[in-house]
Amino acid sequence: MEKELDIEIIKKETDLLIIGGGAAGIFAAVKAKEMKPECEVTIMEKSNIKWSGCLAAGINAINAYITPDETPESFLEYVKNDNNGVVRDDLVYTIAQQLNQVTEEVERWGLPIKKDENDNYLARSRRSIEINGDEFKPILANRVEEEDVEILNRVVATNYLVENGEVYGAFGFSIRENRFYVIRAKAVICATGGASGIYKPNNEGGAKHKTWYPPFNAGAGYAMGVRAGAEMTSFEMRFIALRVKDVIAPTGTLALGADANQINAYGENYLKDYDRITTPIRLQATLRENKLGRGPCYLDVSHLDEEGCEGLRKKFLNMSPSIVLQWADREVEPNEEPIEITGSEPYIVGGHGQAGYWIGVDRSTTLKGLYAAGDVAGGAPKKYVTGAFVEGKIAVENALKLIKERSEKKVDERFIWQEFQRVYEPLQQPGILKPQELEIRLQKVMDEYAGGISSGYQVNRKKLLIAKKRLKQIEADVERLKVENLHQLMAAHEVVDRILIAKVVVAHLLHRKETRWPVYQANLDFPEQNNQEWFKFVNSVYDSKREKVLIKERKCHDLEEVGVQYECAY
Amino acid sequence: MSVRINNKSCNLCGICIDICPGNLLLKKEDKVVIRAPEECWDCAACVKECPTQAIELYLPSEIGGRGATLRAKKEGNERIWACKNPAGEINEYRIKIK
Ligand SMILES: Cc1cc2nc3c(=O)[nH]c(=O)nc-3n(C[C@H](O)[C@H](O)[C@H](O)COP(=O)(O)OP(=O)(O)OC[C@H]3O[C@@H](n4cnc5c(N)ncnc54)[C@H](O)[C@@H]3O)c2cc1C
Ligand code: SF4
Ligand code: SF4
Repeated sequence: MEKELDIEIIKKETDLLIIGGGAAGIFAAVKAKEMKPECEVTIMEKSNIKWSGCLAAGINAINAYITPDETPESFLEYVKNDNNGVVRDDLVYTIAQQLNQVTEEVERWGLPIKKDENDNYLARSRRSIEINGDEFKPILANRVEEEDVEILNRVVATNYLVENGEVYGAFGFSIRENRFYVIRAKAVICATGGASGIYKPNNEGGAKHKTWYPPFNAGAGYAMGVRAGAEMTSFEMRFIALRVKDVIAPTGTLALGADANQINAYGENYLKDYDRITTPIRLQATLRENKLGRGPCYLDVSHLDEEGCEGLRKKFLNMSPSIVLQWADREVEPNEEPIEITGSEPYIVGGHGQAGYWIGVDRSTTLKGLYAAGDVAGGAPKKYVTGAFVEGKIAVENALKLIKERSEKKVDERFIWQEFQRVYEPLQQPGILKPQELEIRLQKVMDEYAGGISSGYQVNRKKLLIAKKRLKQIEADVERLKVENLHQLMAAHEVVDRILIAKVVVAHLLHRKETRWPVYQANLDFPEQNNQEWFKFVNSVYDSKREKVLIKERKCHDLEEVGVQYECAY
Repeated sequence: MSVRINNKSCNLCGICIDICPGNLLLKKEDKVVIRAPEECWDCAACVKECPTQAIELYLPSEIGGRGATLRAKKEGNERIWACKNPAGEINEYRIKIK
């Protein structure tokens, strides 16, 4: 095959391989060089680090910051409460401890942070501050380019190099050149972000990628971990965002940044009936209003004056310019019409929700040699961009210790050949199926039977079993995939990864017999509260020989009472 | 489709091709084109990076687009956005980005 395709196999060695040059990955790379300048660091990135991942469109706030009204303890309490008691206290707390430090650091790198009249950071809420983040990603990219770090742009990671349950590097293929990479490393940090496109998105056709989470973050890091047998946590906790209808723009900018009122079609503030307003309850209440015939629901900023409208437009241009086009197309000012809101497709993302690798407080995964940081790491919701930085930093501190004691490992040529064939097969095989066709089938099944938008995000056992059955068939059709070029080859691997993630999501949803994360995980068979079924983590390990997701439960600990329980995960 | 490239103002510098996170822009017969318009995320990275303002962002008809466009350029520490509504009126927004 190698000959026919004329693919060059590039073998490299490095001390630290970072997969994904987004927020967590870049921060980790810079920290590694600062802590140990002689350490060889390589970043493998499927796009171009200048504009990649969640930050490619810019952002306008730092959503996790400890303002003078907060402490790391109160931050943990908030996150825990918002997630109904089930979070990894140790992970959330260790993030909270360093949120401000990493913020100041990226300010030094050039990020413009807005200031109040006393020259303090301009708070947007008790836990967030306003920034001008239009160029956040190029600022990070410029900083890492100052260091002697090898950056492999447009190389898509496909699998880890694993031997006896330990990770020694990764495979990847270039989408610009005929090159297949085999990178051996003494330690690997996975920072590939979360996954969109598992469920049918809000929009179709020409607008199908008008999603909130980047369509290009297809969950490769999750899938690679699953295939390698890493333990994963909380995939049943999908993250569903309350967003501006059609353009799927973030609503925090309206609710927190412009004091918007959340109202129904009759102008009533429907949140006033709730004594506890958490992020998922804002969404649940909106779905309820619609169900009761009081929709559509809106965020209303009619109180804004001309200057306020201009300010709001600018905030969105820094992050989500399409809403500005929506106002222009409708020929209205932001204060003239209330802004309609809706629930997004469910995403699998450990930076807002908590689906991801099961990690120790040192950010090690259950596979020695592999660390995880940012949206791909589980157990710590609401970490956002600064939390991703902190996790990148902690992962590096511990990976550097491991690098000291670990020697080089020779790669078995058979593994290289196996992965090479798996990667390039869709270019070679005589199939007829396009990746997009398989993706549509996957998204339809997940939407209808695993709690997507059309099923009101709710699940029951009967439906989930149908999803499981249909997914098997979809998985079997992978071998019929046929692509013509390297760009499509990337799409083929994205859908392969998404199918596997969907399987894990369904297995987790089947296992949790409770319903306490409103909307994110709503099982109609088990509407009653049952602490025994609730206060635990649903984890899983994939048995790739039998192609089965094996569920494993883990205890939920209280930091104050028990302290750190999971120092290291392997 | 969400970005449109004006091939008359494009100087074929290749920056947009280099940076699109979705790998969607490419040179075809001496023109820069978007290979699969429906795959665009609307991140506007290419719009912001294009040195000749040859790329504009617009909403697809599936989500109510009726012709409004956005272009961007950088001047010193500022990003300058130009938003044109369907009636052809242009509004400019200046944002400090450095
Ligand atoms: C639209 C949007 C708006 C947001 N707004 C805010 C905000 O205002 N404030 C805030 O604090 N947080 C915000 N967030 C959250 C924040 O941006 C993320 O939590 C943070 O960027 C996560 O960092 P990460 O490194 O885990 O993922 P990312 O930054 O997404 O980086 C992942 C990287 O991995 C790469 N990658 C993926 N797959 C592969 C592969 N197979 N091979 C190689 N590389 C790969 C991607 O291209 C990307 O560069 C927002 C997120 C989104 C999506
Ligand atoms: S807007 Fe973003 S995703 Fe779309 S073509 Fe430009 S750079 Fe690519
Ligand atoms: S960045 Fe602009 S000028 Fe350069 S190739 Fe792209 S469209 Fe043409």
